[in-house]
Amino acid sequence: MDFNDTPEEAKFRAEVRAWLEANAKPKDPNKARAGRSNKAEADRLASARVWQAKKAEAGYAAITWPTEFGGLGGSSIQSVIYSQEESNFEVPGGFFDIGLGMCIPTMMAWATKEQNERFVKPALYGKEIWCQLFSEPSAGSDVAGLRTKAERDGDDWVINGQKVWTSGAHFCDYGIIVTRSDPSAPKHKGLTFFFLDMKSPGIEVRPIKQISGESNFNEVFFTDVRVPDSQRLGDVGEGWKVALTTLMNERLAIGQGSGVDYTELLKLARQTELESGPAIKDANVREHLADWYVETQGLKYTKFRTLTALSKGQTPGPESSIGKIVSGPKMQDLASFAMDLQGQGGILQGDEDAEMNAAFQNQWMWGAGYRIAGGTDEILRNIVSEQVLGLPQDIRVDKQVPFNELPSGRK
Amino acid sequence: MNFDFSDDQKMLKDQARKFLDDTCTLDHVRKILEGDAGHDEAVWKGLCDLGFAGAAIPEEFGGLGLGPLELCVLAEELGRCVAPVPFSSSIYLAAEALKQFGSQSQKETWLPQLATGACVGTVASSEGTQPPSPATVKTSFADGKLNGTKIPVADAMISGIAIVLANTGGAGERALSLVLVDLNGDGVSRREVETIDPTRGHGEIVFENAPAELLGQEGQGWDDYRRVEAGAAVLVAFEQVGGAEAAMNMAKDYALERYAFGRQIGSYQAIKHKIADMYVKLELARSNAYYGAMAFAEDAGDLELAAAAARIAATEAYRFAAQESIQVHGGIGFTWEANTQFHYRRSKLLALSLGSASRWKDRLVSELEKSNVA
Repeated sequence: MDFNDTPEEAKFRAEVRAWLEANAKPKDPNKARAGRSNKAEADRLASARVWQAKKAEAGYAAITWPTEFGGLGGSSIQSVIYSQEESNFEVPGGFFDIGLGMCIPTMMAWATKEQNERFVKPALYGKEIWCQLFSEPSAGSDVAGLRTKAERDGDDWVINGQKVWTSGAHFCDYGIIVTRSDPSAPKHKGLTFFFLDMKSPGIEVRPIKQISGESNFNEVFFTDVRVPDSQRLGDVGEGWKVALTTLMNERLAIGQGSGVDYTELLKLARQTELESGPAIKDANVREHLADWYVETQGLKYTKFRTLTALSKGQTPGPESSIGKIVSGPKMQDLASFAMDLQGQGGILQGDEDAEMNAAFQNQWMWGAGYRIAGGTDEILRNIVSEQVLGLPQDIRVDKQVPFNELPSGRK
Repeated sequence: MNFDFSDDQKMLKDQARKFLDDTCTLDHVRKILEGDAGHDEAVWKGLCDLGFAGAAIPEEFGGLGLGPLELCVLAEELGRCVAPVPFSSSIYLAAEALKQFGSQSQKETWLPQLATGACVGTVASSEGTQPPSPATVKTSFADGKLNGTKIPVADAMISGIAIVLANTGGAGERALSLVLVDLNGDGVSRREVETIDPTRGHGEIVFENAPAELLGQEGQGWDDYRRVEAGAAVLVAFEQVGGAEAAMNMAKDYALERYAFGRQIGSYQAIKHKIADMYVKLELARSNAYYGAMAFAEDAGDLELAAAAARIAATEAYRFAAQESIQVHGGIGFTWEANTQFHYRRSKLLALSLGSASRWKDRLVSELEKSNVA
């Protein structure tokens, strides 16, 4: 047992590190890891595009993609090594993850050669940004219950309806969308999948104001939006099959939670004086600290087990599916506990007044959403119990019924 | 990155599993539960004959000369089948204490006997319902004589030697020393005690001027004991991981075969999410246990922290799986005939055998405070 690279991995790591050192600035270890960025989005996007183009030129923007798509044709472990090294540098990111992690892989699997020649490279170089249009007001966990309509009209399709929770729709150039083309077929059978130009007439993007007051997602409204049939991915009525390609990539793209963890709680406990004495000497505080340490380490070493499988060229086991089930509630509970420790002052959220620039308060807000995004705690438990443990699916009352005969409640 | 056991270690694991699948089914464990013996002699003898007991004992003392990682894979298999054998007392604790702190002659005398199973060893620290510490240990050692009472002591009735945590009169933490005593010598009396898990026999040992000798340095007993405990905590964590997985599978199998309200109970989210939670806790425990194994094997200085994390995670995983497996089974799970009870009993025994989770959480945070992570 060891954490060492193989000689080939070490060589790749050295190459990557040398390239990063020549092209990026190392992170300042003293800078707080949590807190809100106050730079305007447009500025961040502009610098992210510059960095993305540089990365793509060097081949590091899509390490596992085949070379004909501008990738490096490398292995998963090389991709992980790059991310590990990049995390030590101050680089802008976050704008291309959904496009390159989910949309473009779906295109590569289903679009024509000519379409891929047109779209893959500009996405890779950060010139064009993609979004994913799946969730709807009445289709969250049950995403196949979506209602956005697509009707054939000559060589085009006409799309009407509404999508929601679309990250980045306001700055995206293209999107992938699942629609209902046949409401008389059972739920999963009547779907058709397209990619479309986000600047098409009839598309309206409105920001969603989240519980925190921030806006990171959008609602997207479609009114008679025309999409050529040539932009259909997969057969008519086979959209669910295409969507599964995207969703398979989702859990890889969403990744694990970051933010304040046991180290910040330990720091807080050391500086907090309770009625009974220093918080760090309080048995309840110590129990909680230990529990969260154990969860954090458990996830870290679970990841190491996954990396070991990748390093040996094997498919990782199902253990990697536990990540978000553990980190979501931990993120929320730890933040809440840290706020409790601060007593009445725990309600302060202003950067100046609050402890550690309100890192705990911000995470407490975010934690509630993190447990829902990209698969709720409950859906993830279904996945573990059905796909890992082989337990039966819930009885499905919607399986063989025409979609337009299904009862619908809140829309 | 190579955070996994080697092929040889996996082969050893398979070998142990094959042997235990044949000889140590839950029917065998039930015989111990319902009979008078505190262990299964045939299984224990088999484990010794196959060289497993001596796996991590150096070759010069009659063992195979392998290391902690080999003990870890064996421990997982022992835990999986709820083995009624004195392996943990004799090997994780007594043999490891001798290896680390014994004199050359103590090692020469006892390690070969522990390796073959000719003698069983145990460690005696508890003196009742006060957790042992420098403040509570009353058993005393002076002028070569041991006096006091230890209860509960694992495998007390079948052990030939005990390593006893005893007061030697120093101040504070220096009050304690480890003392090696021949249980077949003078001044030793013992009786069997009733516990929550009769598949692992326990007893009370009374020492009245029993001849004994120091193991390691006088006044170092508390540090040495905690060091042995930390290694054992990693090994027990693997037993707990094995046990938790077995308990989870028992619950899963039942959820697949039991029907209620016209369908498999495993199709209800209330049940399947419970079993998913068992899996999540199990994987967190396994990952922490792996790191514990690595820290133990490499002796890199963070064993205390790694062992505490492994023990806390594994104790929780086994507690939850064993307890909720009964819940998944419903009424049948509460009967004497059901096999759920083996894990319920063993999980609590292992949770307390090296001190409670609260104690280890306190130890863990003490290490974090030292390591200056914040």
